[in-house]
Amino acid sequence: MKTTHYDIPADGKVMACLDGSGSHQAVTDYAAWASSRLQAALVCLHVLDHKTARPVEADYSGSIGLDAGSHLLDELVELEARHNRIAMQRGSALLKAACERAKAAGGVDARALQRHGPLFQALVELEETVRLFVLGKRGESAGLNTGHLGANLERVVRSVHRPTLVTPREFRDVQRFGIAFDGSTTTRKCVNMVAMSPLLQGLDCHLIVASDPSRTPEGLDWAQETLRDAGFEPMLQRESGHAERVITAQADRLALDLLVMGAYGHSRIRHLIVGSTTTAVLRHCDIPILLLR
Amino acid sequence: MWFLHKIRRDWFSSLRGDVLSGLVVALALIPEAIAFSLIAGVDPKVGLYASFCIAVVIAFAGGRPGMISAATGAMALLMVTLVRDHGLEYLLAATVLTGLLQIVAGYLRLADLMRFVSRSVVTGFVNALAILIFLAQLPELINVPAAVYPMVVAGLVIIYGLPRLTRVVPSPLVAIVVLTAVAIWVGIDVPTVGDKGDLPDALPVFLLPDIPWTLETLMIILPVSVTLMTVGLLESFLTAQIVDDLTDTPSNKHREATGQGLANITAGFFGGMAGCAMIGQSVINIKSGGRGRLSTLLAGVFLLLMVVFLGDWVGQIPMAALVAVMIMVSIGTFSWQSIGNLRVHPVTSSVVMLGTVVVTVATHDLAKGVLTGVLLSALGFARKVGQVLVVERSLDDDGLTRHYRVTGQVFFASADQFLSEFDFREVVEQVRIDVSDAHFWDLSAVGALDRVILKFRREGVEVELAGMDEASRTLVDRLGVADKPDAEKLLGH
Repeated sequence: MKTTHYDIPADGKVMACLDGSGSHQAVTDYAAWASSRLQAALVCLHVLDHKTARPVEADYSGSIGLDAGSHLLDELVELEARHNRIAMQRGSALLKAACERAKAAGGVDARALQRHGPLFQALVELEETVRLFVLGKRGESAGLNTGHLGANLERVVRSVHRPTLVTPREFRDVQRFGIAFDGSTTTRKCVNMVAMSPLLQGLDCHLIVASDPSRTPEGLDWAQETLRDAGFEPMLQRESGHAERVITAQADRLALDLLVMGAYGHSRIRHLIVGSTTTAVLRHCDIPILLLR
Repeated sequence: MWFLHKIRRDWFSSLRGDVLSGLVVALALIPEAIAFSLIAGVDPKVGLYASFCIAVVIAFAGGRPGMISAATGAMALLMVTLVRDHGLEYLLAATVLTGLLQIVAGYLRLADLMRFVSRSVVTGFVNALAILIFLAQLPELINVPAAVYPMVVAGLVIIYGLPRLTRVVPSPLVAIVVLTAVAIWVGIDVPTVGDKGDLPDALPVFLLPDIPWTLETLMIILPVSVTLMTVGLLESFLTAQIVDDLTDTPSNKHREATGQGLANITAGFFGGMAGCAMIGQSVINIKSGGRGRLSTLLAGVFLLLMVVFLGDWVGQIPMAALVAVMIMVSIGTFSWQSIGNLRVHPVTSSVVMLGTVVVTVATHDLAKGVLTGVLLSALGFARKVGQVLVVERSLDDDGLTRHYRVTGQVFFASADQFLSEFDFREVVEQVRIDVSDAHFWDLSAVGALDRVILKFRREGVEVELAGMDEASRTLVDRLGVADKPDAEKLLGH
């Protein structure tokens, strides 16, 4: 097996992160696709995060009886135990279905895994042995609001250090992919990783650059060369304008099946003020996006 | 954005629950704040302003979302002497100083010391607190008009009976409203809250305490402030622990300490007395569905609004109704399980618990009680670990060499036992003491070993010592042994 770049274990697994939302089938399909292309083991993960507050029952009596504290504790534990048991069973059913689906789709043998805790924390704890995370664009709680990201997604993408494939609701076989390139260290890494990984080998490759023809981003020649050396035939797509608009428009025009782009930088403050290209593209593009750090 | 997410989680994750529980808590806080002011010997408005300031500030600055802080009985009990001898202004200054000390405590990470406060001490703390709150109600029950007694009983019946019928309205509130209405309507002449002092008629205003800013003043308030700081943090930390357990979420105790400090400083400057987290109110808050910071904030805001705009009515509340509520608080605070546990738990735990209660009730100072409890548990622990010491003896085949193999913990509590394990009267040529499986924790242990060797030498015996390097490693390394390879062995004894 080929070694991948940047400390990502070559024998790492592809991890499909599932929840009960409509996108879990697409997540499974893309994960199965990635795992067969990478020849990597597939793990289907379901994270139980049911720490939502709910009172035992509407009790506004405001009185405290004998050993009120410990009685309340017993009640709360019992209540949460009941909720979590149900969630656990639901999760295992979901995982079982996903494993069967992966087997049917790509002939991949998937392993099921369940963890407790917030999604981002579970992924950070597991990422040591993981090569690629696959997760749905809209989580369970986000519903169908277009343009709205799953509550957990941004948190996860910011926290994990592994490549993350964010999938739409429907699976589409991947033929053409684009790499967003602006000459920055992150996008150079993207080029490097695409060149070294078997994931996209042999597919149509487009290099998307948002800049005037007069200002060529540094390293564009290098990027094309690197991709060519790796056996791709990169086609340069260049347009002037805001990065997010150019990327979205090009993805549409070229009917891309997948987009590779750099994940969030680290400055939260800056993103708070100017917003982030990653978030904008994630929100508006309806194709899978491979985020690399 | 990540921290917006955090703000949303801390503040707005359970909006409905927080608003309703904030209201329930505010209603429950009013009688308590009044009662605690009376315990401290100040006007009810001092406790009410304090509860408002503390609840509002701690909602933002605290480290435990969903916990309720306000004027408390534990703190009120510590102020009695200061208020009686020097007056309200000194109390306000002491409150500000308490806050400053708590901020320092937060930066010094004193919350880490809580691990020395054992479970038995905590149980003793809440039991003592409950007893003190109950005792503080007695003045309202002695030498009062006969009508007070049936009113207290009626109040208790409503408080405990109503939740069996409906849990939609706070039963203490119903008790207060009913008793007040009856007292006014029938015209029963019993002491009312209004008789006890001023109630707030306006929002609190910022004022510097009117005291001479001298060293002498500092010397008067400092001892009180140190005790207030200790007790306030203790109750806050252990309430935070209870809320952590109830909600299965973590808290930041160091942030809580500085938060309590800020809250008390604010209270002091706005004419309020020092306070801290409240066990009973926090349980009520969680029970009513409060989880976020909003519940704490609203409890404070609702409290002030109700008191300022309903001030005339609050003044009419008979003290009997207040006493009934406080009896409920004291019953709810007491750990009734601990009485049954006396028979089951180890004697040392029970001694620690009872010691904490007795000292606290005798001195009216929870800090002294807790200190007693901590010392008692430390002594109990030292005694127990001191028993983990075994000296095995064996004799060589020729009968000339005696072997002693020491296993276990040697320190001040076991040094004497260590000494008594050796037979100095025995006539042998050589003694071999193997201490490689023993741990010498302090100088008493080393001293005891020295004496053993000297005694044998005096008898003309040749002494050989083996394994001293291993044994004294615990003495030399002042850090714990948990990271050493023999930690396992140490724990295995």
